[in-house]
Amino acid sequence: MGSGDILTPLIMGILLGGLYALIALGLSLVFGVMRLINLAHGDLVILGSYGAFGLMSHLNMDPVLSLVICIPCMFALGFVIQKYLMSRAFAISAEAPLIIAFGIALIIQNTNQILWTPLSRGLNTSYSMTSFSLGKLQFPISYLLDFVAGIVIMILLREFLSRTYLGRAIAAASQDRRAALLMGINTNRIYGYAFAVAMVSAAVAGVFLGMTFPFTPTSGISLLTIAFGTVIIGGLGSMLGTFIGGVTLGVVQTIGGYFFGPATQMLIVYVIILVILAVRPQGLFGR
Amino acid sequence: MSLKQILTVNHIDVFHGTFQALWDVSLQVREGEMLALIGANTSGKSTLLDTISGLLHPASGRIEFDEREITRLDPYQIVEMGVTQVPEGRRIFPDISVFDNLLIGSYNRKAREKKKENLKKVYDHFPILRERRKQIAKTLSGGEQQMLVIARGLMADPKLMLIDEMSLGLAPIIINELFRALKEIRERGITILFVEQNVRRTLQEADRAYILETGRVVLSGTSSDLQEEDQVKKAYFGI
Repeated sequence: MGSGDILTPLIMGILLGGLYALIALGLSLVFGVMRLINLAHGDLVILGSYGAFGLMSHLNMDPVLSLVICIPCMFALGFVIQKYLMSRAFAISAEAPLIIAFGIALIIQNTNQILWTPLSRGLNTSYSMTSFSLGKLQFPISYLLDFVAGIVIMILLREFLSRTYLGRAIAAASQDRRAALLMGINTNRIYGYAFAVAMVSAAVAGVFLGMTFPFTPTSGISLLTIAFGTVIIGGLGSMLGTFIGGVTLGVVQTIGGYFFGPATQMLIVYVIILVILAVRPQGLFGR
Repeated sequence: MSLKQILTVNHIDVFHGTFQALWDVSLQVREGEMLALIGANTSGKSTLLDTISGLLHPASGRIEFDEREITRLDPYQIVEMGVTQVPEGRRIFPDISVFDNLLIGSYNRKAREKKKENLKKVYDHFPILRERRKQIAKTLSGGEQQMLVIARGLMADPKLMLIDEMSLGLAPIIINELFRALKEIRERGITILFVEQNVRRTLQEADRAYILETGRVVLSGTSSDLQEEDQVKKAYFGI
Protein backbone atom coordinates (compact mmCIF):
# COMPACT_ATOMS: atom_id res chain seq x y z
CA MET A 1 0.00 0.00 0.00
CA GLY A 2 1.01 3.59 0.18
CA SER A 3 1.21 3.67 -3.60
CA GLY A 4 -2.03 5.57 -3.66
CA ASP A 5 -3.72 2.64 -5.32
CA ILE A 6 -6.96 1.95 -3.56
CA LEU A 7 -7.73 -1.04 -5.76
CA THR A 8 -5.43 -3.36 -3.83
CA PRO A 9 -7.12 -2.98 -0.42
CA LEU A 10 -10.54 -3.01 -2.08
CA ILE A 11 -9.95 -6.35 -3.78
CA MET A 12 -8.20 -7.76 -0.70
CA GLY A 13 -11.22 -6.73 1.36
CA ILE A 14 -13.71 -8.36 -0.99
CA LEU A 15 -11.73 -11.61 -1.06
CA LEU A 16 -11.23 -11.58 2.70
CA GLY A 17 -14.96 -10.93 3.08
CA GLY A 18 -15.60 -14.32 1.49
CA LEU A 19 -13.72 -15.92 4.38
CA TYR A 20 -15.62 -13.83 6.94
CA ALA A 21 -18.89 -14.89 5.36
CA LEU A 22 -17.78 -18.52 5.41
CA ILE A 23 -17.02 -18.23 9.13
CA ALA A 24 -20.34 -16.51 9.85
CA LEU A 25 -22.73 -18.65 7.76
CA GLY A 26 -23.03 -21.36 10.41
CA LEU A 27 -23.62 -18.84 13.19
CA SER A 28 -26.28 -17.20 11.06
CA LEU A 29 -28.00 -20.50 10.23
CA VAL A 30 -28.14 -21.69 13.84
CA PHE A 31 -29.46 -18.35 15.00
CA GLY A 32 -32.01 -18.14 12.17
CA VAL A 33 -33.38 -21.60 12.85
CA MET A 34 -33.31 -22.00 16.62
CA ARG A 35 -32.69 -18.47 17.88
CA LEU A 36 -29.51 -19.69 19.56
CA ILE A 37 -26.43 -17.50 19.70
CA ASN A 38 -23.80 -20.19 19.45
CA LEU A 39 -20.92 -18.81 21.49
CA ALA A 40 -18.87 -21.88 20.58
CA HIS A 41 -19.04 -21.18 16.85
CA GLY A 42 -15.57 -19.65 16.54
CA ASP A 43 -14.02 -22.52 18.48
CA LEU A 44 -15.86 -25.06 16.34
CA VAL A 45 -14.32 -23.40 13.27
CA ILE A 46 -10.87 -23.70 14.89
CA LEU A 47 -11.66 -27.32 15.74
CA GLY A 48 -12.08 -27.78 11.98
CA SER A 49 -8.69 -26.13 11.42
CA TYR A 50 -7.01 -28.47 13.90
CA GLY A 51 -8.78 -31.46 12.41
CA ALA A 52 -7.25 -30.64 9.03
CA PHE A 53 -3.91 -29.86 10.71
CA GLY A 54 -3.88 -33.28 12.39
CA LEU A 55 -4.62 -35.08 9.15
CA MET A 56 -2.02 -33.03 7.33
CA SER A 57 0.78 -33.53 9.87
CA HIS A 58 0.14 -37.25 10.48
CA LEU A 59 -1.13 -38.52 7.13
CA ASN A 60 0.28 -35.79 4.93
CA MET A 61 -3.21 -35.15 3.65
CA ASP A 62 -4.08 -32.03 1.68
CA PRO A 63 -6.26 -29.75 3.87
CA VAL A 64 -8.99 -29.38 1.25
CA LEU A 65 -9.01 -33.13 0.66
CA SER A 66 -9.15 -33.75 4.41
CA LEU A 67 -12.65 -32.24 4.38
CA VAL A 68 -13.84 -35.63 3.14
CA ILE A 69 -13.10 -36.85 6.67
CA CYS A 70 -13.68 -33.63 8.63
CA ILE A 71 -17.12 -32.86 7.19
CA PRO A 72 -18.82 -36.11 8.30
CA CYS A 73 -17.16 -35.84 11.73
CA MET A 74 -18.30 -32.25 12.25
CA PHE A 75 -21.78 -33.13 10.94
CA ALA A 76 -22.08 -35.91 13.51
CA LEU A 77 -20.66 -33.71 16.28
CA GLY A 78 -23.17 -30.97 15.47
CA PHE A 79 -26.08 -33.38 15.53
CA VAL A 80 -24.97 -34.82 18.88
CA ILE A 81 -24.43 -31.38 20.45
CA GLN A 82 -27.93 -30.31 19.43
CA LYS A 83 -29.70 -33.54 20.28
CA TYR A 84 -28.05 -34.36 23.61
CA LEU A 85 -27.08 -30.94 24.96
CA MET A 86 -28.92 -28.06 23.33
CA SER A 87 -32.40 -29.56 23.04
CA ARG A 88 -32.29 -30.45 26.76
CA ALA A 89 -30.95 -27.03 27.64
CA PHE A 90 -33.74 -25.38 25.62
CA ALA A 91 -36.26 -27.26 27.75
CA ILE A 92 -34.82 -25.60 30.89
CA SER A 93 -34.67 -21.95 29.85
CA ALA A 94 -33.68 -19.61 27.04
CA GLU A 95 -30.35 -18.83 28.74
CA ALA A 96 -29.27 -22.41 29.40
CA PRO A 97 -28.15 -23.10 25.79
CA LEU A 98 -25.92 -20.01 25.95
CA ILE A 99 -24.15 -21.40 29.01
CA ILE A 100 -23.82 -24.79 27.32
CA ALA A 101 -22.31 -23.14 24.23
CA PHE A 102 -19.85 -21.26 26.41
CA GLY A 103 -18.90 -24.53 28.11
CA ILE A 104 -18.36 -26.23 24.75
CA ALA A 105 -16.12 -23.33 23.72
CA LEU A 106 -13.95 -23.78 26.83
CA ILE A 107 -13.73 -27.53 26.36
CA ILE A 108 -12.62 -27.18 22.73
CA GLN A 109 -10.06 -24.49 23.58
CA ASN A 110 -8.49 -26.56 26.33
CA THR A 111 -8.57 -29.81 24.40
CA ASN A 112 -6.76 -28.06 21.55
CA GLN A 113 -4.20 -26.66 24.02
CA ILE A 114 -3.48 -30.17 25.31
CA LEU A 115 -3.43 -31.87 21.92
CA TRP A 116 -1.60 -29.23 19.89
CA THR A 117 0.13 -26.96 22.44
CA PRO A 118 -0.49 -23.19 22.36
CA LEU A 119 1.92 -22.75 19.44
CA SER A 120 0.67 -21.01 16.35
CA ARG A 121 -0.09 -23.41 13.49
CA GLY A 122 -0.99 -23.07 9.85
CA LEU A 123 -2.25 -25.22 6.99
CA ASN A 124 0.55 -24.44 4.60
CA THR A 125 0.47 -26.13 1.23
CA SER A 126 2.49 -25.58 -1.88
CA TYR A 127 -0.35 -23.70 -3.56
CA SER A 128 -1.65 -21.67 -0.59
CA MET A 129 1.60 -19.70 -0.43
CA THR A 130 1.53 -18.66 -4.09
CA SER A 131 -0.09 -15.58 -5.52
CA PHE A 132 -2.07 -14.64 -8.58
CA SER A 133 -2.05 -11.40 -10.50
CA LEU A 134 -4.89 -9.17 -11.58
CA GLY A 135 -3.47 -6.70 -14.03
CA LYS A 136 -0.44 -5.31 -12.27
CA LEU A 137 -1.66 -6.26 -8.82
CA GLN A 138 -0.68 -9.39 -6.91
CA PHE A 139 -2.87 -11.24 -4.40
CA PRO A 140 -2.33 -14.39 -2.31
CA ILE A 141 -4.07 -17.35 -3.92
CA SER A 142 -5.41 -18.39 -0.49
CA TYR A 143 -7.57 -15.24 -0.45
CA LEU A 144 -9.07 -16.21 -3.77
CA LEU A 145 -9.76 -19.74 -2.50
CA ASP A 146 -11.47 -18.25 0.58
CA PHE A 147 -13.72 -16.14 -1.57
CA VAL A 148 -14.65 -19.00 -3.88
CA ALA A 149 -15.32 -21.29 -0.90
CA GLY A 150 -17.50 -18.59 0.69
CA ILE A 151 -19.60 -18.23 -2.45
CA VAL A 152 -19.91 -21.98 -2.98
CA ILE A 153 -21.00 -22.70 0.60
CA MET A 154 -23.41 -19.77 0.60
CA ILE A 155 -25.05 -20.97 -2.62
CA LEU A 156 -25.15 -24.58 -1.44
CA LEU A 157 -26.83 -23.54 1.82
CA ARG A 158 -29.36 -21.39 -0.02
CA GLU A 159 -30.20 -24.18 -2.44
CA PHE A 160 -30.40 -26.71 0.40
CA LEU A 161 -32.79 -24.51 2.37
CA SER A 162 -35.03 -23.70 -0.58
CA ARG A 163 -35.00 -26.86 -2.69
CA THR A 164 -34.91 -29.95 -0.48
CA TYR A 165 -37.66 -31.27 1.80
CA LEU A 166 -35.29 -31.19 4.76
CA GLY A 167 -34.10 -27.67 3.95
CA ARG A 168 -37.65 -26.41 3.50
CA ALA A 169 -38.59 -27.99 6.82
CA ILE A 170 -35.67 -26.19 8.47
CA ALA A 171 -36.81 -22.91 6.93
CA ALA A 172 -40.40 -23.59 8.01
CA ALA A 173 -39.40 -24.42 11.58
CA SER A 174 -37.43 -21.17 11.75
CA GLN A 175 -40.38 -19.12 10.53
CA ASP A 176 -43.06 -20.68 12.75
CA ARG A 177 -42.14 -23.55 15.04
CA ARG A 178 -45.70 -24.27 16.14
CA ALA A 179 -47.06 -24.38 12.59
CA ALA A 180 -44.12 -26.61 11.62
CA LEU A 181 -44.98 -29.05 14.41
CA LEU A 182 -48.57 -29.12 13.20
CA MET A 183 -47.36 -29.93 9.67
CA GLY A 184 -45.76 -33.09 10.96
CA ILE A 185 -42.22 -31.78 11.19
CA ASN A 186 -40.23 -33.32 14.03
CA THR A 187 -38.63 -30.03 15.03
CA ASN A 188 -36.14 -31.60 17.45
CA ARG A 189 -34.68 -33.68 14.66
CA ILE A 190 -34.76 -30.73 12.27
CA TYR A 191 -32.79 -28.62 14.75
CA GLY A 192 -30.24 -31.42 14.96
CA TYR A 193 -29.79 -31.37 11.19
CA ALA A 194 -29.61 -27.58 11.11
CA PHE A 195 -26.85 -27.58 13.73
CA ALA A 196 -25.07 -30.38 11.87
CA VAL A 197 -25.19 -28.46 8.58
CA ALA A 198 -23.87 -25.35 10.36
CA MET A 199 -20.95 -27.46 11.60
CA VAL A 200 -20.21 -28.60 8.07
CA SER A 201 -19.82 -24.95 7.06
CA ALA A 202 -17.62 -24.45 10.16
CA ALA A 203 -15.38 -27.32 9.04
CA VAL A 204 -14.96 -25.75 5.61
CA ALA A 205 -14.33 -22.34 7.20
CA GLY A 206 -11.70 -23.89 9.48
CA VAL A 207 -9.74 -25.33 6.57
CA PHE A 208 -9.73 -22.17 4.49
CA LEU A 209 -8.98 -20.01 7.50
CA GLY A 210 -6.02 -22.23 8.34
CA MET A 211 -4.67 -21.92 4.81
CA THR A 212 -4.85 -18.11 5.05
CA PHE A 213 -3.88 -17.19 8.61
CA PRO A 214 -2.00 -18.88 11.45
CA PHE A 215 -4.21 -20.06 14.32
CA THR A 216 -3.86 -20.99 17.98
CA PRO A 217 -6.24 -22.78 20.38
CA THR A 218 -7.68 -19.41 21.44
CA SER A 219 -8.22 -17.98 17.95
CA GLY A 220 -11.90 -18.93 18.14
CA ILE A 221 -12.74 -15.92 20.28
CA SER A 222 -11.66 -13.40 17.66
CA LEU A 223 -13.41 -15.46 14.97
CA LEU A 224 -16.63 -15.23 16.98
CA THR A 225 -16.23 -11.44 17.01
CA ILE A 226 -15.77 -11.42 13.24
CA ALA A 227 -18.76 -13.70 12.77
CA PHE A 228 -20.90 -11.48 14.99
CA GLY A 229 -19.79 -8.41 13.06
CA THR A 230 -20.64 -10.10 9.79
CA VAL A 231 -24.15 -11.12 10.81
CA ILE A 232 -24.81 -7.76 12.45
CA ILE A 233 -23.97 -6.04 9.17
CA GLY A 234 -25.73 -8.57 6.96
CA GLY A 235 -28.66 -9.53 9.16
CA LEU A 236 -29.04 -12.82 11.00
CA GLY A 237 -30.66 -15.76 9.29
CA SER A 238 -30.26 -14.76 5.64
CA MET A 239 -27.48 -16.59 3.78
CA LEU A 240 -27.07 -13.98 1.05
CA GLY A 241 -27.22 -11.20 3.65
CA THR A 242 -24.49 -12.94 5.63
CA PHE A 243 -22.31 -13.16 2.56
CA ILE A 244 -22.74 -9.48 1.73
CA GLY A 245 -22.14 -8.69 5.41
CA GLY A 246 -18.84 -10.56 5.26
CA VAL A 247 -17.71 -8.71 2.17
CA THR A 248 -18.73 -5.36 3.66
CA LEU A 249 -16.77 -6.12 6.83
CA GLY A 250 -13.73 -7.18 4.83
CA VAL A 251 -13.80 -4.05 2.69
CA VAL A 252 -14.33 -1.73 5.65
CA GLN A 253 -11.36 -3.34 7.36
CA THR A 254 -8.92 -3.10 4.47
CA ILE A 255 -10.02 0.32 3.22
CA GLY A 256 -9.95 1.58 6.82
CA GLY A 257 -6.45 0.22 7.15
CA TYR A 258 -5.48 1.90 3.91
CA PHE A 259 -6.58 5.34 5.06
CA PHE A 260 -5.86 5.23 8.78
CA GLY A 261 -3.14 2.61 9.09
CA PRO A 262 -3.31 -1.09 9.94
CA ALA A 263 -3.38 -0.42 13.71
CA THR A 264 -6.82 1.16 13.54
CA GLN A 265 -8.47 -1.04 10.92
CA MET A 266 -10.39 -3.22 13.39
CA LEU A 267 -11.42 -0.12 15.34
CA ILE A 268 -13.09 1.19 12.20
CA VAL A 269 -14.88 -2.15 11.76
CA TYR A 270 -16.27 -1.92 15.30
CA VAL A 271 -17.39 1.66 14.77
CA ILE A 272 -19.28 0.61 11.64
CA ILE A 273 -20.87 -2.28 13.57
CA LEU A 274 -21.97 0.10 16.33
CA VAL A 275 -23.42 2.52 13.79
CA ILE A 276 -25.39 -0.26 12.11
CA LEU A 277 -26.62 -1.55 15.46
CA ALA A 278 -27.86 1.94 16.29
CA VAL A 279 -29.37 2.80 12.91
CA ARG A 280 -30.49 -0.53 11.51
CA PRO A 281 -30.36 -3.22 14.21
CA GLN A 282 -31.85 -5.91 11.96
CA GLY A 283 -28.83 -5.60 9.66
CA LEU A 284 -28.57 -4.21 6.15
CA PHE A 285 -30.43 -7.18 4.66
CA GLY A 286 -32.33 -8.52 7.68
CA ARG A 287 -36.09 -8.68 7.87
CA MET B 1 -72.50 -40.72 7.48
CA SER B 2 -71.32 -43.82 9.27
CA LEU B 3 -71.63 -44.21 13.01
CA LYS B 4 -68.06 -45.39 13.30
CA GLN B 5 -66.08 -43.23 15.68
CA ILE B 6 -62.86 -41.94 14.19
CA LEU B 7 -61.74 -39.96 17.24
CA THR B 8 -62.55 -40.63 20.88
CA VAL B 9 -61.49 -38.30 23.67
CA ASN B 10 -62.09 -39.96 27.02
CA HIS B 11 -62.23 -37.97 30.26
CA ILE B 12 -59.12 -35.88 29.76
CA ASP B 13 -57.70 -33.30 32.18
CA VAL B 14 -55.19 -30.88 30.68
CA PHE B 15 -53.01 -28.33 32.47
CA HIS B 16 -51.08 -25.27 31.38
CA GLY B 17 -48.46 -25.36 34.13
CA THR B 18 -50.55 -25.38 37.28
CA PHE B 19 -53.67 -23.96 35.64
CA GLN B 20 -56.19 -26.61 34.68
CA ALA B 21 -57.55 -25.75 31.23
CA LEU B 22 -59.71 -28.83 30.55
CA TRP B 23 -61.74 -30.73 33.12
CA ASP B 24 -62.85 -34.27 32.42
CA VAL B 25 -63.57 -33.56 28.76
CA SER B 26 -64.97 -36.34 26.58
CA LEU B 27 -65.87 -36.10 22.94
CA GLN B 28 -66.60 -38.45 20.04
CA VAL B 29 -66.10 -37.63 16.38
CA ARG B 30 -67.85 -39.86 13.84
CA GLU B 31 -66.26 -40.68 10.55
CA GLY B 32 -67.30 -38.25 7.81
CA GLU B 33 -69.10 -35.75 9.96
CA MET B 34 -68.64 -32.05 10.42
CA LEU B 35 -68.45 -31.40 14.11
CA ALA B 36 -68.15 -28.02 15.83
CA LEU B 37 -66.69 -26.86 19.12
CA ILE B 38 -68.37 -23.75 20.45
CA GLY B 39 -67.38 -21.58 23.37
CA ALA B 40 -66.02 -18.26 24.52
CA ASN B 41 -62.39 -17.25 24.21
CA THR B 42 -61.01 -18.99 27.30
CA SER B 43 -63.31 -21.99 27.22
CA GLY B 44 -60.54 -24.40 26.24
CA LYS B 45 -61.41 -25.08 22.58
CA SER B 46 -57.91 -24.45 21.28
CA THR B 47 -56.40 -26.37 24.19
CA LEU B 48 -58.55 -29.34 23.22
CA LEU B 49 -57.38 -29.17 19.59
CA ASP B 50 -53.74 -28.85 20.71
CA THR B 51 -54.13 -31.88 22.97
CA ILE B 52 -55.55 -33.96 20.13
CA SER B 53 -52.63 -32.80 17.94
CA GLY B 54 -50.11 -33.84 20.59
CA LEU B 55 -48.75 -30.35 21.30
CA LEU B 56 -50.08 -30.85 24.83
CA HIS B 57 -50.50 -34.11 26.69
CA PRO B 58 -53.34 -34.75 29.15
CA ALA B 59 -52.54 -35.39 32.81
CA SER B 60 -55.19 -38.10 32.80
CA GLY B 61 -57.60 -39.63 30.32
CA ARG B 62 -57.14 -41.21 26.93
CA ILE B 63 -57.37 -40.23 23.27
CA GLU B 64 -57.89 -42.71 20.44
CA PHE B 65 -57.76 -42.11 16.73
CA ASP B 66 -58.71 -44.73 14.18
CA GLU B 67 -58.78 -47.36 16.95
CA ARG B 68 -55.25 -46.62 18.11
CA GLU B 69 -54.22 -44.78 21.23
CA ILE B 70 -52.52 -41.45 20.51
CA THR B 71 -52.56 -39.92 24.02
CA ARG B 72 -48.79 -39.65 24.40
CA LEU B 73 -47.64 -39.50 20.78
CA ASP B 74 -45.65 -36.57 19.40
CA PRO B 75 -47.28 -34.14 16.94
CA TYR B 76 -45.40 -35.50 13.91
CA GLN B 77 -46.55 -39.05 14.67
CA ILE B 78 -50.15 -37.89 14.95
CA VAL B 79 -49.91 -36.02 11.64
CA GLU B 80 -48.55 -39.15 10.00
CA MET B 81 -51.57 -41.12 11.27
CA GLY B 82 -53.91 -38.69 9.53
CA VAL B 83 -54.83 -35.89 11.95
CA THR B 84 -53.94 -32.40 10.77
CA GLN B 85 -54.59 -29.16 12.58
CA VAL B 86 -55.15 -25.90 10.75
CA PRO B 87 -54.09 -23.45 13.44
CA GLU B 88 -55.83 -20.17 14.16
CA GLY B 89 -54.28 -16.85 13.23
CA ARG B 90 -53.37 -17.91 9.64
CA ARG B 91 -49.99 -19.26 10.59
CA ILE B 92 -48.52 -19.46 7.13
CA PHE B 93 -44.77 -19.69 6.65
CA PRO B 94 -44.50 -16.01 5.69
CA ASP B 95 -41.18 -15.78 3.86
CA ILE B 96 -41.48 -18.64 1.40
CA SER B 97 -43.71 -19.06 -1.63
CA VAL B 98 -47.28 -20.31 -1.64
CA PHE B 99 -46.09 -23.44 -3.43
CA ASP B 100 -43.39 -24.09 -0.81
CA ASN B 101 -45.95 -23.67 1.95
CA LEU B 102 -48.07 -26.34 0.29
CA LEU B 103 -45.08 -28.60 -0.17
CA ILE B 104 -44.27 -28.43 3.53
CA GLY B 105 -47.82 -29.58 4.18
CA SER B 106 -46.87 -32.84 2.48
CA TYR B 107 -43.81 -33.33 4.70
CA ASN B 108 -44.95 -36.56 6.33
CA ARG B 109 -43.90 -39.75 4.59
CA LYS B 110 -47.35 -40.90 3.48
CA ALA B 111 -48.35 -37.50 2.15
CA ARG B 112 -45.17 -37.17 0.09
CA GLU B 113 -46.19 -40.09 -2.08
CA LYS B 114 -49.54 -38.44 -2.81
CA LYS B 115 -48.10 -34.97 -3.28
CA LYS B 116 -49.06 -34.49 -6.94
CA GLU B 117 -52.55 -35.84 -6.53
CA ASN B 118 -53.22 -33.74 -3.42
CA LEU B 119 -51.79 -30.62 -5.02
CA LYS B 120 -54.25 -30.95 -7.86
CA LYS B 121 -57.17 -31.38 -5.46
CA VAL B 122 -56.06 -28.41 -3.40
CA TYR B 123 -55.87 -26.19 -6.48
CA ASP B 124 -59.37 -27.36 -7.41
CA HIS B 125 -60.69 -26.29 -4.01
CA PHE B 126 -58.84 -22.98 -4.10
CA PRO B 127 -58.07 -21.96 -7.71
CA ILE B 128 -56.66 -18.63 -6.52
CA LEU B 129 -53.74 -20.47 -4.90
CA ARG B 130 -52.75 -21.92 -8.25
CA GLU B 131 -52.58 -18.38 -9.66
CA ARG B 132 -50.58 -17.17 -6.68
CA ARG B 133 -48.33 -20.20 -6.26
CA LYS B 134 -45.09 -18.33 -6.91
CA GLN B 135 -45.94 -15.40 -4.64
CA ILE B 136 -44.28 -15.03 -1.22
CA ALA B 137 -46.94 -16.14 1.24
CA LYS B 138 -47.03 -12.99 3.36
CA THR B 139 -48.10 -10.94 0.33
CA LEU B 140 -51.46 -12.75 0.16
CA SER B 141 -54.62 -11.13 1.48
CA GLY B 142 -56.05 -12.34 4.80
CA GLY B 143 -58.63 -14.52 3.08
CA GLU B 144 -56.08 -16.03 0.74
CA GLN B 145 -53.77 -16.74 3.67
CA GLN B 146 -56.59 -18.61 5.41
CA MET B 147 -57.17 -20.60 2.21
CA LEU B 148 -53.48 -21.37 2.15
CA VAL B 149 -53.39 -22.77 5.69
CA ILE B 150 -56.40 -24.96 4.97
CA ALA B 151 -54.82 -26.07 1.70
CA ARG B 152 -51.51 -26.74 3.45
CA GLY B 153 -53.38 -28.89 5.95
CA LEU B 154 -54.97 -30.85 3.09
CA MET B 155 -51.54 -31.54 1.62
CA ALA B 156 -50.81 -33.61 4.74
CA ASP B 157 -53.40 -36.08 3.39
CA PRO B 158 -55.53 -36.12 6.57
CA LYS B 159 -58.45 -38.32 7.55
CA LEU B 160 -59.43 -35.83 10.21
CA MET B 161 -58.93 -32.08 10.00
CA LEU B 162 -59.00 -29.88 13.07
CA ILE B 163 -59.73 -26.29 12.05
CA ASP B 164 -59.28 -23.50 14.58
CA GLU B 165 -61.15 -20.19 14.15
CA MET B 166 -60.84 -19.96 10.40
CA SER B 167 -63.29 -17.07 9.97
CA LEU B 168 -61.81 -14.73 12.54
CA GLY B 169 -61.46 -11.22 11.12
CA LEU B 170 -62.52 -12.13 7.58
CA ALA B 171 -65.26 -10.60 5.42
CA PRO B 172 -68.57 -12.52 5.16
CA ILE B 173 -68.05 -13.18 1.46
CA ILE B 174 -64.71 -14.87 2.21
CA ILE B 175 -66.23 -16.83 5.08
CA ASN B 176 -68.89 -18.17 2.69
CA GLU B 177 -66.16 -19.22 0.32
CA LEU B 178 -64.29 -21.02 3.10
CA PHE B 179 -67.38 -22.90 4.27
CA ARG B 180 -68.10 -23.90 0.67
CA ALA B 181 -64.59 -25.35 0.47
CA LEU B 182 -65.07 -27.14 3.79
CA LYS B 183 -68.21 -28.81 2.40
CA GLU B 184 -66.29 -29.99 -0.68
CA ILE B 185 -63.50 -31.30 1.53
CA ARG B 186 -65.97 -33.16 3.67
CA GLU B 187 -67.61 -34.66 0.57
CA ARG B 188 -64.22 -36.19 -0.22
CA GLY B 189 -64.61 -38.19 2.99
CA ILE B 190 -62.43 -36.09 5.25
CA THR B 191 -63.87 -35.67 8.74
CA ILE B 192 -63.87 -32.12 10.07
CA LEU B 193 -63.75 -30.85 13.63
CA PHE B 194 -63.86 -27.08 13.70
CA VAL B 195 -63.81 -24.33 16.28
CA GLU B 196 -65.76 -21.13 15.76
CA GLN B 197 -66.88 -18.09 17.72
CA ASN B 198 -69.88 -17.34 15.51
CA VAL B 199 -72.44 -19.69 17.05
CA ARG B 200 -75.32 -19.01 14.69
CA ARG B 201 -73.23 -19.66 11.61
CA THR B 202 -71.57 -22.69 13.18
CA LEU B 203 -74.87 -24.36 13.97
CA GLN B 204 -75.98 -23.83 10.36
CA GLU B 205 -72.90 -25.56 9.02
CA ALA B 206 -72.14 -28.36 11.50
CA ASP B 207 -73.93 -31.68 11.91
CA ARG B 208 -73.29 -31.72 15.64
CA ALA B 209 -71.65 -29.48 18.18
CA TYR B 210 -70.10 -29.53 21.64
CA ILE B 211 -70.32 -26.45 23.82
CA LEU B 212 -67.43 -25.75 26.16
CA GLU B 213 -67.44 -23.42 29.14
CA THR B 214 -64.35 -22.79 31.31
CA GLY B 215 -62.81 -26.08 30.26
CA ARG B 216 -65.85 -28.30 30.63
CA VAL B 217 -68.30 -29.72 28.09
CA VAL B 218 -71.64 -28.26 29.13
CA LEU B 219 -73.84 -29.33 26.22
CA SER B 220 -73.64 -31.43 23.10
CA GLY B 221 -76.03 -32.60 20.43
CA THR B 222 -77.11 -32.18 16.84
CA SER B 223 -77.09 -28.63 15.55
CA SER B 224 -80.85 -28.53 15.13
CA ASP B 225 -81.41 -29.69 18.72
CA LEU B 226 -78.91 -27.19 20.07
CA GLN B 227 -80.56 -24.32 18.22
CA GLU B 228 -83.73 -25.06 20.20
CA GLU B 229 -82.00 -25.26 23.58
CA ASP B 230 -83.00 -22.41 25.91
CA GLN B 231 -79.50 -22.30 27.34
CA VAL B 232 -78.01 -21.77 23.89
CA LYS B 233 -80.60 -19.21 22.86
CA LYS B 234 -80.00 -17.20 26.01
CA ALA B 235 -76.23 -17.39 26.03
CA TYR B 236 -75.47 -16.98 22.34
CA PHE B 237 -78.48 -15.58 20.49
CA GLY B 238 -79.60 -13.15 23.17
CA ILE B 239 -83.20 -14.35 23.11
